[in-house]
Amino acid sequence: MRAGSDLFRLRDPARAAGLSRVLRRLAPERPVKIVHVCGTHEAAIAEHGLRSLLPDGVDVYEGPGCPVCVTSTADINLAVALALEKGAILCTFGDMLRVPGTELTLEEARAHGADVRVVLSAADAVRIARENPRREVVFFAVGFETTAPGTAAVLLDGPPDNFSVLCSHKLIPPALEALLRENTEVDGFLAPGHVSTIIGADAYRELAGKFHVPVVVGGFEPLDVLFAIALILRQLGEGRAEVENAYPRAVRPEGNVRAKRIMAEAFRVVDAVWRGIGTIPASGLELGEGFTRYNAREKFELEARTGDEEPPGCRCPEIIMAKAVPTDCPLFGTACTPLSPVGPCMVGVEGACSIWYRYGERPVL
Amino acid sequence: MQRLIAEVILPLFPIKAAGPRGLDALDDGAVLSLHGGHLVVTTDSHVVKPLEFPGGDIGVLAACGTINDLAVMGARPVAVTLGLVVEEGFPIDELRRYLSSFAAVLSDLGVAVVAGDTKVMGAGELDGLVLATTGIGVAEEFVPDSGLRPGDRIIVTGPVGDHGMAILAAREGFPLEGEIRSDVAPVWPLVERALRVGGIVAMKDPTRGGLAAALNEMAGKAGVGILVREGAVPVRPEVKGLADLLGVSPLALACEGLAVIGVSPDRAEAVLAALREHHMGREARIIGEAIAEYPGKVILETGVGGRRFLEMPLGDPVPRIC
Repeated sequence: MRAGSDLFRLRDPARAAGLSRVLRRLAPERPVKIVHVCGTHEAAIAEHGLRSLLPDGVDVYEGPGCPVCVTSTADINLAVALALEKGAILCTFGDMLRVPGTELTLEEARAHGADVRVVLSAADAVRIARENPRREVVFFAVGFETTAPGTAAVLLDGPPDNFSVLCSHKLIPPALEALLRENTEVDGFLAPGHVSTIIGADAYRELAGKFHVPVVVGGFEPLDVLFAIALILRQLGEGRAEVENAYPRAVRPEGNVRAKRIMAEAFRVVDAVWRGIGTIPASGLELGEGFTRYNAREKFELEARTGDEEPPGCRCPEIIMAKAVPTDCPLFGTACTPLSPVGPCMVGVEGACSIWYRYGERPVL
Repeated sequence: MQRLIAEVILPLFPIKAAGPRGLDALDDGAVLSLHGGHLVVTTDSHVVKPLEFPGGDIGVLAACGTINDLAVMGARPVAVTLGLVVEEGFPIDELRRYLSSFAAVLSDLGVAVVAGDTKVMGAGELDGLVLATTGIGVAEEFVPDSGLRPGDRIIVTGPVGDHGMAILAAREGFPLEGEIRSDVAPVWPLVERALRVGGIVAMKDPTRGGLAAALNEMAGKAGVGILVREGAVPVRPEVKGLADLLGVSPLALACEGLAVIGVSPDRAEAVLAALREHHMGREARIIGEAIAEYPGKVILETGVGGRRFLEMPLGDPVPRIC
């Protein structure tokens, strides 16, 4: 199994120790805050205990990297209303079910009789629509540029009339920019490998130049992550702020041109509300011209119900803004666990709190 | 489950012990004093889906589960009882097959089936078959799961995660052509060798929740920390590969033919050598040691040299979906 042996090579302890020494040499005297925006990066960092291999003063935060966690309460409320009041079959990804809306989660709506189904892709939701021609089927589309092409593909494919999309897809580059405006301590970005396979490494050039911040695209094996962080530290040391691609075996400068094209055909870019952050200009996707008949927001008469209040004590907004880590929150591990989550970062399997809890991650060990 | 036991079930029984170790110890078995020795009693209800899986079936699993609970208490298995609950219409041939595998494991070890009970429930009232067992064993000195002291070495007797991964693969229908088989087997022959060498202070069979759960329990009950080197934990490459693919940890997957053994440092190498002489223990390894720091916690030194807590797994491992 060649792929397997490659993976083991990217976990080689001797190389990791070597990289750890390089990191110590590259680390500047001052504290450094690096932010990534990807649950898979956080899982890799936590699973392999990579924070303990970083030099003192170099901290890595997960920012708004969990798509489920940043989905707005208003959209969750809409999804609940579609399922409960309009009687639609509401299809979405698994961990969306337990994220609290203002009053209910989708899981609780299901307990109240709503028909809420877990799907693995937009195509599954279309299949359910074809199998239930007399029912309205709504796909609650969440996720970044990684899942958006899947939604675009089914729209371009001509889905049945009883199918519609509650579109809550979000874009990563505007979120990075919003984070930089809000959190001036960010020294560099470890850019998400999966998202970057779609949008390409070049997508971060404007950001790197405008804010003079290093952006390094990284993969998900332990050595990938350490190498990407080393490149960020080297840029900081040399006073450079560029885009570097430390994951060239998957990411091209231009990304996946075909996926980008179908996204452009199916969607238009809109302002979007990010839970924990607020409205970010031009950071969301909505169904484009010509697809309005599949837009659940227009198809059903829905009253927007806002409300972004997190439960008392929950520090998810600061965690999403890279201003706190999960163990800073008084609820972490006590009132809030993956089995009885309080805030969205503990619900989403890609949320920082859920990952820290499951992998036993601590800032210093 | 742990909360259900602690908050609902345990408080209902005012008398929890009839000897040196009782229900409240939540060990693998109870210990009753008997003139000159100890009687060890364990009870278990066995369900598994599918009933037959690569490397075993529910009969083998029930027999080994019972034997192993006794073995890790340091007890030689003597007798078992069997409560059989069958769904109406369950094929007799299949039932005979599972009970034959149950019997084969026990007779190989000279263990008697001394009592039994059979109930048939209506179709749809249960899923096929439940085997409820009680195991009875004898020990001169029993071994609790709480005996670790700082400095004691931790031995695992073979590669972890085989059973859990075989079940997961069978359940999800991965076409693996039998590459990954359950490790289900009675560990008494191995444990007996270790006990003969001496120095055994704690034992546990890493079933539900795998090695991670067993180590957390041992650390918690003894009030010590446990430092584990991930690179030293034996895992078959095929199990590791599939676990990575599915996003589950081999350390949290159930094992049904292993023991985790705490042994005093001066005997650790001798115990390891004795285990390796037996075919089931050829891949036994010292994976770490008990430490005074971080009482109740398990520290994992990861393969790349990082450190984190190895937490008690939450529920059964389920594959990551995206």
